[in-house]
Amino acid sequence: MQRQVALIKQSLFDQGYLDEQFMELEELQDDANPNFVEEVSALYFKDSARLINNIDQALERGSFDFNRLDSYMHQFKGSSTSIGASKVKAECTKFREYCRAGNAEGCLRTFHQLKKEHSTLRKKLEHYFQLARQAGPKETARRPK
Amino acid sequence: MTREELPNLAESKLTALVVDDNFVNQSIHQKLLARLGITNEVVCNGKEAVDAHCSGRNYDLILMDMDMPIMNGIQATKRLREMGIESKIAGVTTRANEGEKKEFMEAGLNDFQEKPLTISKLLSILHKFDFYVQT
Repeated sequence: MQRQVALIKQSLFDQGYLDEQFMELEELQDDANPNFVEEVSALYFKDSARLINNIDQALERGSFDFNRLDSYMHQFKGSSTSIGASKVKAECTKFREYCRAGNAEGCLRTFHQLKKEHSTLRKKLEHYFQLARQAGPKETARRPK
Repeated sequence: MTREELPNLAESKLTALVVDDNFVNQSIHQKLLARLGITNEVVCNGKEAVDAHCSGRNYDLILMDMDMPIMNGIQATKRLREMGIESKIAGVTTRANEGEKKEFMEAGLNDFQEKPLTISKLLSILHKFDFYVQT
């Protein structure tokens, strides 16, 4: 089962959902905090859900306050970078570029994609952590160079 | 550096303050410090960092985010230096263009690292401040 867990994690990297920062977080796990990455991920999804809600509300109002939207997205990008959420981070970057260009349609389109990537990552990580817990203490898989 | 090779600086009795409004970053930065044996506390913005010092607390190291509500990292760093706080302050931010970095450094930082913070970057900060000597 540990092999299955390792393969699932590898696929998250191979498909670009996660980057090296996730591995950095796994290196921080120890006996005192064996579920540190899962806990931080839970924090991230809770915090990012709040940001998504804020941005949704701001976009629904129809008036595009690009400075405010950019500010929300700056926070979102920061959190995503910190846990290694690579695809989500990329969409955050695109959104911010559209904000700077004052491109409302681009913002809407990118935000839709961002929510998709965020939701996909959430489901994949939930599945991964669930299996990891079932498999028991795991060794950290190494990315092939 | 493998997990087993990480230095344990607990004997140094270093203390640190994490100043960041983002809960994810707070958690990660605290964990990074704890892994190296550095006792630490966290506050959510620059004003809380200043208030902590006004109440008499002091730290060897401050990890200062730049963008925070109420009082940002630049304002807080300036204020702490005006108060005579000589702690080592490392700016840690995602904003990395030269102009923003220069402004942050000129506020009174001792070092600057781009987020995300990692063990390597933290060790680099500690090494620069002579808190950690690589053997």
